[in-house]
Parts: sequence; C-alpha cells; structure tokens
Amino acid sequence: MHLAALNSAMPSSRAIRVAKLQRVQDFLFHRVTQFFAMLVLFALLGIIASLLINAWPALHEFGFGFFIDPEWDIGKDKFGGLIAIYGTVVTSLIALLIAVPLSFGIAVFLTEICPGYLRRPLGTAVELLAAVPSIIYGMFGLFVFAPIFADYIEPALAATLGKIPLIGLLFSGPANGIGMLCAGLILAMMILPFIASVMRDVFEIVPPVIKESAYGIGCTTWEVVSKIVFPYTKAGVIGGIMLGLGRALGETMAVTFVIGNALRLSPSLFAPGSSIASTLANQFGEAAPGLHFSSLFALGLALFVITFIVLALAKWMLARMEEKQGLKS
Amino acid sequence: MNQVNHINQAVFAVRKRTNAIGLFLSMAAMTLGMLFLLWILSILFIKGFSAINWAMFTASTPAPGSEGGGLANAIVGSMMLIGCCTLISTPIGVLAGLYLAEYGDRSKVAGITRFVTDIMLSAPSIVIGLFVYALVVAQVRHFSGWAGTIALALIAIPVVVRTTENMLQLVPGSLREAAYALGTPKWKVAFWITLRAAKSGVITGILLALARISGETAPLLFTALNNQFFSTNMNAPMANLPVVIFQFAMSPYDNWVSLAWGGSLLITFAVLGLNILARVVFREKVQG
Repeated sequence: MHLAALNSAMPSSRAIRVAKLQRVQDFLFHRVTQFFAMLVLFALLGIIASLLINAWPALHEFGFGFFIDPEWDIGKDKFGGLIAIYGTVVTSLIALLIAVPLSFGIAVFLTEICPGYLRRPLGTAVELLAAVPSIIYGMFGLFVFAPIFADYIEPALAATLGKIPLIGLLFSGPANGIGMLCAGLILAMMILPFIASVMRDVFEIVPPVIKESAYGIGCTTWEVVSKIVFPYTKAGVIGGIMLGLGRALGETMAVTFVIGNALRLSPSLFAPGSSIASTLANQFGEAAPGLHFSSLFALGLALFVITFIVLALAKWMLARMEEKQGLKS
Repeated sequence: MNQVNHINQAVFAVRKRTNAIGLFLSMAAMTLGMLFLLWILSILFIKGFSAINWAMFTASTPAPGSEGGGLANAIVGSMMLIGCCTLISTPIGVLAGLYLAEYGDRSKVAGITRFVTDIMLSAPSIVIGLFVYALVVAQVRHFSGWAGTIALALIAIPVVVRTTENMLQLVPGSLREAAYALGTPKWKVAFWITLRAAKSGVITGILLALARISGETAPLLFTALNNQFFSTNMNAPMANLPVVIFQFAMSPYDNWVSLAWGGSLLITFAVLGLNILARVVFREKVQG
C-alpha cells in the first residue's frame, strides 16, 4: 500500500475501503471507455465486411477487370467501374489543385497579416463557410454557377488553354457548364474553407517566441511563414490537405448536382461524367437485387479502398515527418 | 565595402519583393474566399426568402403536380433524426475520446482505434449509407428513421472522438499530475480535471459533428429515405430536409424547386445559427 508508506501511520479501514473501491472504479472506467473505443473499430470492420459480402457476386462475375472496364450497361447486365473511378479521381484532383494554394493563402492571411480586430470575424466567416452543408453547394452549382460557367468561363478556357496541344484536349468540346471541371470547381469551393481552417489552427500552434525571434533578426513576414511557420507545421498542413481530399473523394451531393451523370469516358474536362458517389446516389434506389445491385456495392468498395489508401499514406507521411522532427505523435 | 553594401541592398530588395508578392497573393486568396461566401449566402437568401411563407412550416410536402405545400414533415423528421443521433453519438464519442487520451500512450488498441477513427472521419458518407442499408434496411426489409439515425451517428462519432482526444491532449500534464499527487483516482482525474478543463473544446467537437450531420444527404438516401406524409414513427421511412431538397431541386415543378431553396435556407440558418450561438456562449464562459 503506497498510502500506508506515505502516511507512516496505519491506514484506517475506511481508507482501505476507499482505495479498493477506487481501484474497482478505475478498472471499470478503463474497460468501459475501451469498449466504446473498440466500437469504432468494429464499425470499420463491419463496413468492409458488408461491402465485400455484397460486392462479391459482381467481383466473382467480372473479376478484377471490373475496375478497369469502362462499360456500364444495365440492359446487358454488364458492369465495369472505370468511368466512375476516373470521374472521382479527376474531380478530386482538380479540387485539390485549386483549393490547396488558396487555403494556404487564407490561413497565412488570418494568422500573420490580418489586423487583430478582423482576425476573429474573418476566421469565423471561414469556419461558417466550412459548415455550409454540401447540398447547398450542389444547388448553388446547378442553378447559379453552371450557367455562368458555360457562358463565360468555359469559352475563355477553350480559347486560351484549349489552344495548347495535348493539354488543349482537356479543355475542348461543347461548353455545357455541367461537367467534370464544374464538379471539380464546386468541390474546390467546398473543401477550401475546410482545409483553410485546419491550416489556420495548426499555424496558431507555432510558439510566438520562435516567430518573434525570427522577426527580431530581421525576417520579413513571408520568410517567417515559409521558413518558420510552414516547416514547424508541415505535418498538420498535410493532414489538413488529406482531410480535404478525403471529403472530396467521397462527396456525393455537391458532385451529383453538377457532374452531369453521364456514363461516358471523355478526355475533355468539359464533358459530363460520373463519380462513384454520384452513380451510387442515382442508381442505388432503383437497382434490382442481382448483378446491378452488387456492382454498385463493388463501386462503394472501390471508393472505400481509394479513400483508405489515401488516408493510410497520409498517416504514414505524417509519422515519418514527426520522426524527423522528433515530435511526439 | 561598398560592393558588400551593394549586394546587401540587392538581396534586401529581392526579399522585400518576395514578401510583397507572397502577402498580396495571400490577401487575394482571402478576398476570393470571402467573395465565395457572400455569393453563396446572397443567392441563398434571395432564392430562399421568396420561398418562405407560413405554409412552409404547417403543410406537408406536396404531391407531384399539386400547388403549394410545405416542409413541415421534413423539418420535424430532420429534428428527430439529428436529436436521436446526438443522444447516441455524444456519450460514445466522448468516452472513446477519453480512452484514447488517457490510456492511448501504451495500449495497442488505442493506436489502432486512432488510426481507424482517422479513416472513418473521412470515410465517404455514402458508403456508410450502403453499410447501414446492408446492416439494417436489408434485414428488416423497410427504410426507417432508426436506420437514418444509425448512419448519421456513424458519421458523428469519429468527429466527437477525435476532437475530444485532441482537446484532452492539450490539457497540460502538470494539471493531471497535481491531481494524482493528491491521491485522486484515474477516473476522477479524467472526468473532473481533464474533461472539465477541455470542456469547451469537447463541446466544439459535438457541435462540429452536429453541423456535419445536419446537412448530410447521402447516407439518408438509402436509410431514412423520404416520406411524403407527416410521421413521427422512427420505425417507418422518415421525411428529412436534405433528401427532400435533393429530390425537389432535381424536379421539373416550380413549387418544388422553390421549396428546395426554402429548405436550403432553413438548413443553412440552423447550421450557421448553431455555430454562432456556440461561439457566443463559449466566449462568455471563458471570460466569466
């Protein structure tokens, strides 16, 4: 008994009783919280198992070729997931390409440039933008953004970038507004505040002393950002980007409204396409049990696996960086 | 000497220019972001306010082709789904977060759970809809409010777990040690010292989770589905704002599209209002 040793007097029976009770309570606390932590684990295993079981008929019928076959024909009962997978990856990459530099700029502005009295209202505004539900972005994209996009932005892109050989292929074809590029842009708008607020949060973790010493030896604001703040928070910044990518990959509503839901493979980013999530949202309700149903589950499995790999890679990179920096995980 | 000065001047000019360009781009990014926000909100207000009237809160969703109608059934349905989901996900999420923060350093279970939670945090919500469909809807052979609640809880729990853990990690170790030195048992330290110190952070996590699920549409498509009529039966298909908005926005009827805009405004109001309210309450608590 530690207590006894410390008190150097004999513990009263009441003290022993309390100590015993507390040990039982601690044990219960440990196990109960552990159980709830494990629930999350079981949920993931359950998701993987249910996707695999339900996708099995399709995977068995079409084999691995399911994931590289561009044909999706409900009438012929022949299914391949390439179009949807391609659409998912392309729209997410467009979104990241646009959102990452912008959100970095916003985070830098909020932490380094912004005058004190504007910091809180602007920071709140960014967080509010992140809170706007994705279906709102979808409605906005379909009714407001896509028409403007078709009338002004797509012709302008076709006239400039469209003239460059090879890259021009991406910006060719009829300007419908609705299509993969539009979906990518709406996705970018959606994940932008998300990434920005994470980046701002990690920028604020940097100890002021380090920044002040840099300013003290005459660094400019930009040098403080690029040589002090960014290296210090690299892991967090990448974490924020990955969080955004994860949202972009699986985003359903914002994409379903504006991607056009065409099951065609087209080199042009102006052309309508499909993402995995939009295919699921559109077809799952009407799918009859059988190969169609099972193929949709196989698509869901593919989406889950892609997200899983992205996030696992992110975690691995974070771990390596933390090792390099000697930080505690 | 002069030459050195000259070089210094040149280097200084370059540094100043880089600084100016960097800061300008950063300001431009901020302006663009704010313009997006203003654009989306102004469109939402213009289109949404013209759709809002008394009937929207009293009448149920209209049948195809019929005039008028409202969103009463969807509003009540959404509230019930979100309320039940909060009741389920808050205790589970906070307790799991406590485990990760208090026992996470040594235990292997915690390491794996942390990894899994990170994955679940970004797991596509529509896949969670598929999972709950297979788990619940396919078994009982009908869509239901409970299935929707489970799907939403699966999305909310990881958010609560991760923020709770992060906030608890920020509590200084000396605070815990001081409590241990007084002979406080571990569970009391966890509940009354660390959790209390991180209270506002934990509530932020819950609110983040709430904000996330209030607008979630994808997982409800295959679980709670929709219900044209007023119903508070959690065992039956349940109307909810996001799915109604999705179906109505894509429809050819003008009054449906208008209701979709009204519903969008309501959801956005609710989410943003909750956010702002939480902030105000926090600030008073922290200062008071």
